[in-house]
Order: sequence, then structure tokens, then C-alpha cells
Amino acid sequence: MNHSTHPATEFTPSGQLQLGVFFQGVNSGTVWKTAESGSQTDFESFRRIAQTAERGLFAAFFLGEGLRLREHLGRPHALDVAGRPDAQTALAALAAVTSSIGLVATQNTTYNDPADLAHRLSTLDLLSGGRAAWNIVTTDNAWTGANFRRGGYLDHADRYTHAEAFVETAKRIWDAWDDDAIAASASSARWSADGAVRRVRHNGQHYSVDLTPRLPRSAQYRPVLFQAGDSPEGRDFAARQADVIFSAHPQLDDALDFRRDIVERTIRAGRGANDVKIMPASEFILAATPQEALEKKAWVRSLQIGPQQAIAYLEQFWGRELQGYDPDGPLPDIDPVVEETSETRGSGFHGAKARQLADQWRAEAKEKGLSIREFVSAKTSRGDSTFTGSYTEVADRLAEYARTGAVDGFNISPWLIPTGLDNIVNHLVPELQERGVYPTQYAGSTLRENLGLATPVRTGAGVEARSVTA
Amino acid sequence: MSTLPADTEPQGRGLLLLELDGAGSHPAAWRVARTAPAAVLAPEHLRGAVLAAESAGFHAATLSDPGLPETKLPETALPDRGQPDQPGPDTAARLNALQRAAFAGPVTRSLALIPEVDTVYTEPFHISTQLASLDYVSGGRAGWLVAASTSAADAAAVGRDTVRGARLSREAGDSIEVSRRLWDSWEDGAVIRDVATGRYLDVDKLHYIDVDNGNYAVKGPSIIPRPLQGQLPVLAPAGLLTPEDVAAGAADALLVSAPAPELLTAEIAETRASVAGASEPALIAELDVVLDSRGQAAAERLAELNSHTVWQSPRARFVGSAAELTELLAEVLAWADGVRLHPAVLETDLEELSRLVLPELRRRGLLAPTTPDATFREQLGLARPASRYAAATSATAGTSTTAAGAEN
Repeated sequence: MNHSTHPATEFTPSGQLQLGVFFQGVNSGTVWKTAESGSQTDFESFRRIAQTAERGLFAAFFLGEGLRLREHLGRPHALDVAGRPDAQTALAALAAVTSSIGLVATQNTTYNDPADLAHRLSTLDLLSGGRAAWNIVTTDNAWTGANFRRGGYLDHADRYTHAEAFVETAKRIWDAWDDDAIAASASSARWSADGAVRRVRHNGQHYSVDLTPRLPRSAQYRPVLFQAGDSPEGRDFAARQADVIFSAHPQLDDALDFRRDIVERTIRAGRGANDVKIMPASEFILAATPQEALEKKAWVRSLQIGPQQAIAYLEQFWGRELQGYDPDGPLPDIDPVVEETSETRGSGFHGAKARQLADQWRAEAKEKGLSIREFVSAKTSRGDSTFTGSYTEVADRLAEYARTGAVDGFNISPWLIPTGLDNIVNHLVPELQERGVYPTQYAGSTLRENLGLATPVRTGAGVEARSVTA
Repeated sequence: MSTLPADTEPQGRGLLLLELDGAGSHPAAWRVARTAPAAVLAPEHLRGAVLAAESAGFHAATLSDPGLPETKLPETALPDRGQPDQPGPDTAARLNALQRAAFAGPVTRSLALIPEVDTVYTEPFHISTQLASLDYVSGGRAGWLVAASTSAADAAAVGRDTVRGARLSREAGDSIEVSRRLWDSWEDGAVIRDVATGRYLDVDKLHYIDVDNGNYAVKGPSIIPRPLQGQLPVLAPAGLLTPEDVAAGAADALLVSAPAPELLTAEIAETRASVAGASEPALIAELDVVLDSRGQAAAERLAELNSHTVWQSPRARFVGSAAELTELLAEVLAWADGVRLHPAVLETDLEELSRLVLPELRRRGLLAPTTPDATFREQLGLARPASRYAAATSATAGTSTTAAGAEN
């Protein structure tokens, strides 16, 4: 490990890739209409995916978070997969049936308390032997707030300021215990040594915290931090705080630009050029031959976006029922009835200018000669995040990402639960190993080790306190 | 379960619950444990403890989540700075109870898993989801031990005022109500996966709960389908909830304490009389246990432990031999539906309970069977209830759009 005092100012590609798996639990990406489509909530589905991923030496198993059930035109949305467990509860159970894979919980900074969330993440980290991670997300809308004591209280503009104060507080909570705080033996004076646990206090605009934290550090010091925001503020936030960016830039050129941007921001934040790992969201549609893969892709797309899903997709932007329109005909000629699309289908949809968007889309569909169904399928197919092809073809493409250092790995959303990783683990992983770009064993027992992340430096206050009390 | 295996031993109804916190319930338990103090936080410790409880024949394990220790630092002290004269906590650090229960889910087969979860400083929507998720990862063996923190430290940790008196009952009752409604907010069979119509959900079987208790509001529906048990069994300390909430069925079981073991049966009888009527919660007696072990008398063991830290507890305490404890439990189980045991030192006392006490109680036909994959409700003899919203839906069948609209 590099212990030089100056952070690296040049980015050096590791030449390696890591894989993660994102069990989505919502949205249209998961195919639920086939005989092989399993339960989205039974624990066996989670166990199966996590254990398959572990067999394939995946670095991380990733869960999203739901705080309000998605709606469509004022009622719960009927057409897509919905209903998922609490991330940390499911991951704590998975900690008992896995041994090496990282366990990543998406958790919101707006509707959690730092003391409680930091404690639960510490618990997951200790129960998993140092494999926990937190994917930091923010939200600000009152629609989500309707399920919580606080209600909607945060302005959109304040969400990163708030999130950063939250994360800093969580880090102080995780830094609170000295390494040798716990009694070495039964004859020690106390269970934790005097002066070895620090009190954490924070008085912010939206919350205050005052506690003596309850848990020591884990085998990986503290949970690994993931972050996904793509706005300039989100990128700077990640450059200052995150260990891994769950990015939206999987295409090679785009990924290289994103890497350059993040390296620049990371150095500006006073950190090393290699300190922030990048793992874009991705989908893999693989087969033995390129032709089979293309056929499979067409089949997957037809199952992801059926006629009803296509109409409903437009309805959320139009804000009105469009049941009279033929899914195989042109886009609706009537205008949206809303000014802005609502947040009720998830924050990704929030705030698009509806009328402008409708005009643009009509023009686009007309120009390309696309029906409603074809258009929506193209819009929602995550086209640029999909790797389609034979195992060898895709392995060659991925090796190029490793060589150039465009990304540190991929976070894969399987389109089938619970068997969607089988052919990736059985066929793609060996191809990557043959090319020398994928691990042949876990590097260590913690997520931090397996992602090649350095151990965090203690916060200033902690180091200072250490020297005072030494 | 409709088919129970034939058994030569008589089957009773008594339930035994074991509190599994740390090295034991005595605050000095870590001093006599056979492992290093820090080992109590390791996953291997938890795995070993739940498996030992299950193989000993306990019906359920509870996992406590005691409040934060009151911070000893004076207000004027610099933040973030440990003081050499600041006493460290003398009892072990605690892992979150609900996550410990979740970890135990896939490890066990018959043991019900009952985390203690606070209702005052937590978000009802989060804990409802977490408990429902626990039900999924444990195959329907989850319960909820309701707590209402009185700790000023717990309040300060989340920047809220300390809640006391009648408001504690109200917070607990309100939180239970939100959870129960959210658990019902997806009717059974709401996930339809209807390929022909493209519908994954039957929206008519999803319900806004629209709770507004004056303190906070929760809209719903839940983000997770109905728990496997429909409703998780809810346990609460007797006296925490208002008599009205108890009468309305807020709790499925009450934990009953008495100042001494010989007073337990009278306390159970009195509680039984006070709740007679609308709902009949199971009554579970609370008992601290210190047993003779490996040639050392229980009283001697307790004195040694107390010489480090005195064990203060609001519960009755049994100190003596396994045979005497068996007699006491037989007597209490004639009145109570179950007993929760708090072993002074987990590994030591569980060994004696497992070897001598549970086999004898089972031989006498005083204990309910432990059945692999049975739900906790089944253990308690509770039927799986229909969603409270299911009746409303069928009553308005044919006008489902209007009915759902009316709930907005």
C-alpha cells in the first residue's frame, strides 16, 4: 500500500476490472414475464444472485432503496416490477450466507438520522467482517416526505450541502473508537478503555447530533462509500467523499471523459488521482454467438417494454391517459397536460419540461419512423449501457476498458432474477480471466481490499485527540 | 402447521424465549466469558448463539437494543475529544438488534427471531419495512419487541427532546398502528404478474394508509409486499401501551415482570384479569437466571459477577440449581403462556438450560413443539389474518377505481 504523504497527481490504470451486481427490485429492466422469472422478494432469489456473484468473484452485491411506492397518474404503478425489502435487513441476512462479496446498501441522507444510519451501517460492516458499503443518495421531494415524520423539508438546492454534513458526521461516528479501545482481556479495568471513545456533536440547519458512538471500527475501518450523482455538484461531492462512483457513463469514450473529469475533481479536492473508483451501471446480453445475442436482445426488449408499458411510459410525461393510442402507431398528437413531469416515478424522471419534451420526441420518432412501442423501447433500453454480443466479443471490449483505465469495473443489473448472472459467471468471467483483466481469487476478506482501496486516514480531530491522550 | 409429526412426548403449549444479548444479561458477563471481550461483536459469536438456542429447544430468541449509554463528558468539553478520565462504557458495545435478527434468519430453521426496536426516535415507515423484510429473510419467523426509549442520550443522538410519561405510550401505540397498517397495505396476492394485461400488480389490492396521528403523518403504501405472516406478532412490556391500545389488539403478547420469582404467577394472573375482554394477548413472564454450573454454586457465580458490576434489573431473578428452576418454570407455565429467560452469562447458563432444564420441561409435556419452518404466529397459535383492507375492497367490488380513488 502506498503510504507516501503526497497524494498521487497522475492517474494510473490498474489494468483490472471488478464486477458488481445490482438487484434492482423495481422498474422495467427486470423481465418478469417468463417461466424462468423468479420472485423479487423471496430471500432465495437474493441468496441465489449473491452466491452466484460470489462464485464469479464479484466485488459487490448492490441493493437500491425504496421510500415510496412509484405511482402512475395518481395511483400505484401496476406495470413494472415493484416491492422490495429494506436494503440493510436483506444484506445482513446475506452476510450470513456469503463470505467475500461486498454488501452495498443504498440509503438516503434526507429521511435518515446520521446517528441511526451510521450505527446500522457499522453493524452491517461488523456482521459481514468488513464487507459493507453505503451508496449515498439524496432526495428532497415532499412526495417522498409524506411517509416520514419530517415530511418534505429540504430544498432541492440544499440537498448536497445537507448530504455532505450528514456524511461528515457519519465519518466522525465511525472514527470515534480508537483501535485499542476494547478490553484485551477479562482483567481489563473496563470493557472500553477510558478516553478511547470520542463524543460526536454536530449542530446543523436541519438536524443535530450528540452521541457517544456504540461500535468500534470494522476489519475495513469503516463502510466503503458509493455515490451516483452526475451533476457538477454530485461529481464534486463524490470527489470529496466517495470511494466508488456508480456512474452513468459506460460507453468507452464517454467513460474516458468521465474518468478525466473525476480525476481532475479528485485532485482538486486534495485526494490522490486513483482514490475514486468508477463502476458504471450496465446490462449484459450475452450468448455463444453474436447472432444469438442479437436475437436474445430483441426478445429481452420485447419483454421489458410491452404495449401497455409503452403507453404508460408516455402517459407519465403527458400527465394524462393515452389508452386510445395504438402502441404500434405514431406518438400522440395531443399535448401534455402538465408543466413538469412529476417525481412519482422516481427522482430520475423529475422535472422534465413536458411540452418541450413531447415536441422533441414527436419530431424524433417521425424522423426515425418509430412507433410508440419502438420509440419507448429505444428510450428505455439503457441502450448505451448494454453490452450485447458473444462472450469473447464482449470480453475483448471490456479488456479495452481495463487497458485504458476508463472504468474500474461494471455494476451489472441482471435482466432476469434469480438466474441472470449464470452465463456471466460461467462464460464471461473465465474469458476475462484469460485476458488477465479479472481477479482469479478475492484479494482479501474486506470490500476495501477487494476494490483496491486504501485504508482511510483518520479525521483531523481524531488524530489530534489521539496524540493528546497518548 | 396442519400436520405435526407424531411424538411420544406429550405436547404442551408453553413457549420459552431466550434473550441473546452479548456475552449475557449480566453487565459483567464479558469478564467470565471464554472468548476475548471483542469477540462478542463478531458474526461467529452471533451464529453460535442462535444455533445453540435453537438446538437447546428454545422457541424464540430476543435481541435487545438498549439505549445509548448516558455520555459522561461535561457539556463544556471540546467536541470530538476523548478525555483520559472519561470512563469508557463498562458494558459491551451493541450491534443493531434488527440486523442481528436478519443475520440469524438464514442460519436457523425453527427459532423465532424477535428484535427489540424503539418506537420513539425511529421512523415508523423504516421500521415497518425493516421488520417486514426480517419476516422475508427468516421465512416468517419474525416478531417485534416494542420498546419506547426514555434515554436522554437516545434523544440527543437524533436531536430531539426526551419523551416521557403518557407520550411514551402514545409514541409506541402510534408506531405499532403505522406498522400494522403498512403490513396490510399490500393485500395478499397483490403481485399478480399478469402477462396478458402487462400488469405486475393489482393496484386495487394496494392501499394508502393515510395515518395522521397529530404527531406525524404517513401516507403509504408500504414498499414491500405483505409480510409472510401477514402481521408480525408484536410483543410489548406490560404497562407500556395504553389499556385501550391493548384492548384493541395492538400487542399479541405482553411481557410481565415481577420483583421476585414467587410473585410471577400472581402478577400473571393479575395482568390476565386486567386484559380480559376484547383481545387476549399471550402473557410471557420475565426471568433473570443464574444457575449452578460446573461445580460452582449460582450464588457464588452471581457474587463474583456483582463484585465487578452490580446487576440491576427490573425483573424477577432466579439463582439456584437447574432442578429448582425446572420446578419454578413448571409452576409459572401453569399460568403464563411463556417465559423469557435472561441468562446472566450466555454460554454458561445456556449450557445448563440446554442440558438439564429444557429436556425435563419437555419430558413433562409443558413445552410447545419446535417445528422447522413454522411461523412465529403458528407457534403462538395465531391464525394468519386477512388484510384489514381486503374487506373494504370486496365490499366495493365493481367500483374499484372509485374505491381506490376515495383513499387518496
